[in-house]
Amino acid sequence: MADRISDETIEYIGILSKLELDGSEKEAAKADMEKMIAYIDRLNELDTEGIEPMPHVFPIYNAFRSDEVENGDESVRTLANAPVQKEGSFVVPKTIG
Amino acid sequence: MAKQYETVIGLEVHVELATKTKIFCSCSTAFGGAPNSHTCPVCTGMPGALPVLNKQVVEYAVAIGLAINCTIARESKFDRKNYFYPDNPQNYQISQLYLPIARDGYVEIETGGRRKKIRIHEMHMEEDAGKLVHDEWDDTSLVDYNRSGVPLVEIVSEPDMRSAEEVIAYLETLRTIIQYLGASDCKLQEGSMRADVNLSVREAGTDKFGTRTEMKNLNSFKAITRAIEAERLRQIELLEEGKLVIQETRRWDDNKETSRAMRSKEDARDYRYFPDPDLVPVVIDDVWLERIKADQPEFRSEKLARYKEEFDIPMSDAEIITSSKRMADIFEETAGLCGNPKKAANWLMVETMRLLKEHDMEPEDIAFSPAGLAKLIGLADAGIINSSVAKDVFEKVFTEDIDPEQYVEERGLRTVSDEDALRRVIAKVIEDTPHAVSDYRGGKEKALGALIGRTMKAMEGKADPALVGKILKDML
Repeated sequence: MADRISDETIEYIGILSKLELDGSEKEAAKADMEKMIAYIDRLNELDTEGIEPMPHVFPIYNAFRSDEVENGDESVRTLANAPVQKEGSFVVPKTIG
Repeated sequence: MAKQYETVIGLEVHVELATKTKIFCSCSTAFGGAPNSHTCPVCTGMPGALPVLNKQVVEYAVAIGLAINCTIARESKFDRKNYFYPDNPQNYQISQLYLPIARDGYVEIETGGRRKKIRIHEMHMEEDAGKLVHDEWDDTSLVDYNRSGVPLVEIVSEPDMRSAEEVIAYLETLRTIIQYLGASDCKLQEGSMRADVNLSVREAGTDKFGTRTEMKNLNSFKAITRAIEAERLRQIELLEEGKLVIQETRRWDDNKETSRAMRSKEDARDYRYFPDPDLVPVVIDDVWLERIKADQPEFRSEKLARYKEEFDIPMSDAEIITSSKRMADIFEETAGLCGNPKKAANWLMVETMRLLKEHDMEPEDIAFSPAGLAKLIGLADAGIINSSVAKDVFEKVFTEDIDPEQYVEERGLRTVSDEDALRRVIAKVIEDTPHAVSDYRGGKEKALGALIGRTMKAMEGKADPALVGKILKDML
């Protein structure tokens, strides 16, 4: 089971996640991920022969809302989650976009 | 002899839908609110928030899918597209990968008199991201999530276009169809329609596609045209030098008229899609599908054919009028009310177009009522106001949607057709301008024009210049 997550994979996931991990953090993440994969692997023990894939786990569909504005100005509550704010906006490190 | 190259282009077009609320929450989609004033736990990705699909998004998406000749998926569902970027508060975008709402369609375009089908690969529903503004002052970025969760459809074409001209024709066709449906205003400058261009070149006569690049940040038809030309030349140059085109995303800078490759970190293409467990599938049954089909409007090509049959107006006018649903609606209503399609078309083609340009507006922004224009045409036709007064009154109709009949009465703008009254004014003009009178009597026909002008001025424009001329000749 060991070494399912290579150093390259951790490096790559770090890039995708925009995280800069140092050596020990990488090792910890690797161990965590291997545990997760081992856990999910248990699903492979099930015999799924002849079972149709389902688009969703619950047998319900078409849960809609109507197109009516119900929310008011929530900016104060939204911005309460901003570590730094300016002019009603979240402040983040410079991002090209 | 230099090699001949063929350009191969496919488009990914994002269109913001004209719903009142966002795709998964009841926040307003109104443009221009104070930053983050249209946000809630759902569209800012708070843990535990539950998205619920806006039914109107499905209605619009199915209507667009049908209009672009797609097969509508009877069962469709949402997936999570994972990526990390500050404009995306959930760290994933809710989109459709496995079962998109529509597939395998086409639109017909016309360039240089030649018709061509551009195939649509698929169309899916998804949510828009927030907006990032760079703060020059302290070199940070500011995030506004008002746009986060605004509904989009993404229309993916097959690589069927061969020139910038075809790309523009395709986009204009899509825009007209979607505007006719009222599903979006499709404004490139404001970002309610956005196009990413996938482009490759290959030696003419070969079947195999070259390596393609994807160009982003194209905010106008002009920028798209310039970007296509620059990218075509860049790729040909690489091939001529024996180099390879690298598959990458490039960002167009319209001021510098060049593009640059986006850094690989910005371009991480591994989105690790998986089904969104919070959203249940969308099932479209026959009844629903038939209802949306029955509600489809008369589209532009059908309108053009009907105008040709019904109205005695030039085809070139009909083409311009039907290029905008708003304009076509105003034309039809006005023609119906005043019974004069030719005059209705003329006021739209000349004065309306002039004022739109002057006010930097699009035909979709026209706010005046057809009744106003119809009344104005009636007043001018009956000779109650002359043509120059009519133009002035029309400006008021265009800008303030006034009632022309009431306006003409209140301002006393009726043309004076009382000959005795006119003769009294003309007698005074003759008396006051002896040199023009003697010039005219001496054989200078031109002097009559000056005398008509003076009379019109004295009448504050409220006279029929032809009648004034006739009386003047008579009195001299």
